[in-house]
Amino acid sequence: MNKNLELFLTFMKIGAFTFGGGYAMIPLIQKEVCENKKWLGEKDISDIVAISESTPGPIAINAATFVGYKTSGFLGACMATLGVVLPSFLIISLISLILTQFQSIRAVRYAFMGIRAAVLALILKALWMMFHQVKKKKKPFSYAIIGLSLVLTAFLNIDAVFVIIGCGLFGLFWSLLNRKEQSNGTD
Amino acid sequence: MVLIKLFLAFLKIGAFTFGGGYAMIAMIQAEAESQGWLTQEELVDFVALSESTPGPLAVNMATFVGMRTCGVLGAIIATLGIILPSFIIILIIAKCFERYEKSKAVGGIMSGLKPAVVGMIGAAFISVARAVFFPSGVSVSAFSDVSFWVFLGLSAAASVLAFRKMHPIKIILFSAVIGIGAGYGLGL
Repeated sequence: MNKNLELFLTFMKIGAFTFGGGYAMIPLIQKEVCENKKWLGEKDISDIVAISESTPGPIAINAATFVGYKTSGFLGACMATLGVVLPSFLIISLISLILTQFQSIRAVRYAFMGIRAAVLALILKALWMMFHQVKKKKKPFSYAIIGLSLVLTAFLNIDAVFVIIGCGLFGLFWSLLNRKEQSNGTD
Repeated sequence: MVLIKLFLAFLKIGAFTFGGGYAMIAMIQAEAESQGWLTQEELVDFVALSESTPGPLAVNMATFVGMRTCGVLGAIIATLGIILPSFIIILIIAKCFERYEKSKAVGGIMSGLKPAVVGMIGAAFISVARAVFFPSGVSVSAFSDVSFWVFLGLSAAASVLAFRKMHPIKIILFSAVIGIGAGYGLGL
């Protein structure tokens, strides 16, 4: 089979069968891409995770584009990305149409009142997991940034773009500063 | 024009969010509210639906918002917007990967970004909590409302289930059932 078509179908399958976003996709990508198709090695998968995390945008898209490109160049990247997006797109479009019809039903309204409470719990869990990653390093600097970005976005309504750029630059300068201090210390 | 605004808004969200779908909530909310595309409650519903349908959260939310604002064309435009920055950046990195991975500058930037993402998810938590518990604004009288305590209890129960690693879809279904029961029971 044509490799590009195969990439498209593989990533369509990954897109159609993973719930809960990018992190849930990584094991599936690994299974399909390394074990079944043997397009990439295990080392590549850990690279993909590292890159997807440190670049902006949805992790799933980052991973699909990267695997597609490594396997079959630009066209491969297009096919893999299209494949991973298509199931979501079709399913959500359909649900969105149906939802408009059903929203006037009282039971549906009540169900969503309950569901909103559940979303809060899911956000709390995501928050805890991300916090745990940061906490490992035990740097007061990290806690300061958490507090700063929380206050800026939640209470001062500062555009998230500026918060991201600001915190990124701050992290860069801080690490440069620390490195200088360390090298001074060893002199 | 709405389509162009939609495209630019999601292009911006795609280019400036790190760490997956939840970090995007605060940003989607800011964009959608300033343009009047969605209410806070609709956004929370979309998060729930995005979580209970397959595929990347971010793509699901973009499709939802696009579909709601401008139909199928809007959905295509919003999804394209959120994908494009990732796609271009990854293509560039895939070409010169070795240098990127070992770059200390990237490490430094990430040391600032990761905690920033935690703060932004925290902000999303606060705004969703406001929408869930105080739908008609924060006030003292809200605390005397029975539904406030019902939903607070439900959120606490859902949190316990989430931390015990129950699958999000099960938690959402469970909460939907409780919501229907509470709604009819309390005559909301």
